[in-house]
Amino acid sequence: MQKAKPIELELAVVNGIELPGHWNRMFEPRVISEYDLSVLDQVTSIEGAESLGYCYQCGKCTAVCPVDTVGDYSPRKVFRRTQLGASLIDSPDLWLCTTCRNCLRVCPKEVNMIEIMPAVREQAVLEGKAPEELLTAFENTARYGNPLGEPPRKRADWVKTAEVPVPVMSQHKAPVDVLWFVECYPSYHPRGKDASVALARLFNALGIEFGILGTEEKCSGDSQRMAGEKGLFDMLAEHNVKMLSKYQFNQIVVTDPHAFNAFLHEYPKYGGEWPVQHYTQFLAPLIDQMNLTRPIPKKVTFHDPCYLGRHNGEYEAPRNLLKAIPELDLVEMGHCRETAYCCGGGGGGMWLDSFVRDYTSQRLSEKRVREAVEYGADILAVTCPYEVSRFEDAVKSTGNTGKLEVKDIAELLAYSAQLI
Amino acid sequence: MRILVLSKSVPDLVEELALDEDNGELLHDDMTYVPSEWDDHALEEALLLKEEVGAEVTVLAVDTGDVDNMLFTALAKGADHAVKLTGDFDLATSNRKRAQAIANYLRDNTFDLVLSGVQAIDDIDGQIPAIVAGLLEWPHASVVTEVSIQGEQIHFRQEYGGGLQAEFSAQAPLVLGIQAARKPPRYASIAKVRQMMKSSTVDEIDASADTVPEIEIRRFFKPVAAGHAEMIEGDPEEVADRIITILKERKLVRG
Repeated sequence: MQKAKPIELELAVVNGIELPGHWNRMFEPRVISEYDLSVLDQVTSIEGAESLGYCYQCGKCTAVCPVDTVGDYSPRKVFRRTQLGASLIDSPDLWLCTTCRNCLRVCPKEVNMIEIMPAVREQAVLEGKAPEELLTAFENTARYGNPLGEPPRKRADWVKTAEVPVPVMSQHKAPVDVLWFVECYPSYHPRGKDASVALARLFNALGIEFGILGTEEKCSGDSQRMAGEKGLFDMLAEHNVKMLSKYQFNQIVVTDPHAFNAFLHEYPKYGGEWPVQHYTQFLAPLIDQMNLTRPIPKKVTFHDPCYLGRHNGEYEAPRNLLKAIPELDLVEMGHCRETAYCCGGGGGGMWLDSFVRDYTSQRLSEKRVREAVEYGADILAVTCPYEVSRFEDAVKSTGNTGKLEVKDIAELLAYSAQLI
Repeated sequence: MRILVLSKSVPDLVEELALDEDNGELLHDDMTYVPSEWDDHALEEALLLKEEVGAEVTVLAVDTGDVDNMLFTALAKGADHAVKLTGDFDLATSNRKRAQAIANYLRDNTFDLVLSGVQAIDDIDGQIPAIVAGLLEWPHASVVTEVSIQGEQIHFRQEYGGGLQAEFSAQAPLVLGIQAARKPPRYASIAKVRQMMKSSTVDEIDASADTVPEIEIRRFFKPVAAGHAEMIEGDPEEVADRIITILKERKLVRG
């Protein structure tokens, strides 16, 4: 990720004119230092939340924060309110950040909301100050291994509708090339399952030797971690690493960018170190073998998932796959790639819909759907399991039914390869 | 004020119940168990009382298998002690027998107030708190809300038919079946539960397995559906016509 670095020279020479840096230096405390900073100090003393104190209120984050476009929230505002003595732990601000990372992209001071939010939220959870609906998702995840509260025994039931072999490792009893970590929404949500079936058929058509964990798989837990339940994440990571360690495979392929993030950056800390790819990264080099023959003569725009794009730098693989589909016309929205707006589901937003509604003029998913319609798209292509349901709901709630379809890239590929 | 909270685990209805239809038996070992929702409310009410008047809260479960996690979760939420009654118990142990074991424990240990969930999904007439109170000859009330400690008195409410509320007062010792706590049961973070598992212990008390008068379960079975809904198919016009015809046939609309 590219980032502008602040440079403060002792002496700069611009067009032959000397500009000594000392004019910019602070020689005596500014008025700002006369605030009672005890509330800010309380927050920045939490491990992980230190960087909130670095903010010098340039406001760059406010310009790019998607939440500020629908509400009154940005990292800079969080800093300012905390500086003025408002408790962040008691403020709705604490739950509005979707950890989309757009602020960190532009922040010259590296105020890192990706670390601040989980740290302060963890404190709020301990103090019993987290919104009820989020706690329900935590409890469901702890009890059932998925935030939806679906039966753990039915985690692999979607396989029955795939009509192609989907080996479950505990029964397969042989090494595989690819361990497919399916995740919760692709296992249980009706539209998530559609993408899973599509992907299973693509894997079969490509002759991939793959297997899934089935009922031994639990939520990767990354969004729960970002929402402040580190202990729950520990438990899930330990479980998944233990289960995965039982089997032999060459690499992990994930459906979910949030799981991708967990496997890349967090699971190695728990002893789970495997090569991991998002399914778009895994499929992109196999385009020539996919037999993409059925055309999709539609205008398609792609929504970059925050945790695939900004968090982990993958922008090309999903686009290459879409461009490989005959007659598909890929159009970019104004906010795309590094500047893509969040769907609102990250960082626990998936389980805070009612809460967030009270502090925003529209859902981020609705804003994004309006943007897709504005760019004339017929299909909004997605590749994060949170998005199909979020955007389909948003299509309905914004009155765009019939104008815009929401499809997972796996569905579009499988359709073009005449597998669905 | 010493409060005892009774907790039990019940089959998790998120998973399908495991039923041997031929023998009419529930296959307890094939089901997953979760803390009874109403007992969570009883615990919450006890913890609220603790916060208000400084009560000491003990949570108790009859050892029917895996109850440790439930007890550590209660400790993580703020209970002071956890007790497990061990003995000849399993998941099929009747409520009557469980109540007897709890009453025996209460004879040996002094408590002022016993709170239980009003009922559980496998105990829908709320037997346990009533039987415990009966065996001890203590006062008892069921379907209770809004418990408060007023000096030597314990106040609480019950809802009557016709929207009437009644407020009661009683002296300790007392057994109450809690319908709902004043606040939703609190969340115990997983880190806290795991910390409790490392740093605290569950007291195991050997409970004598008395012979109690019991009734026999002949069979469990799923009720046979008496009728079926008619699914109306077709385009909206046809469906609307059909609905109007049905409404007219049954004389549900005028004209």
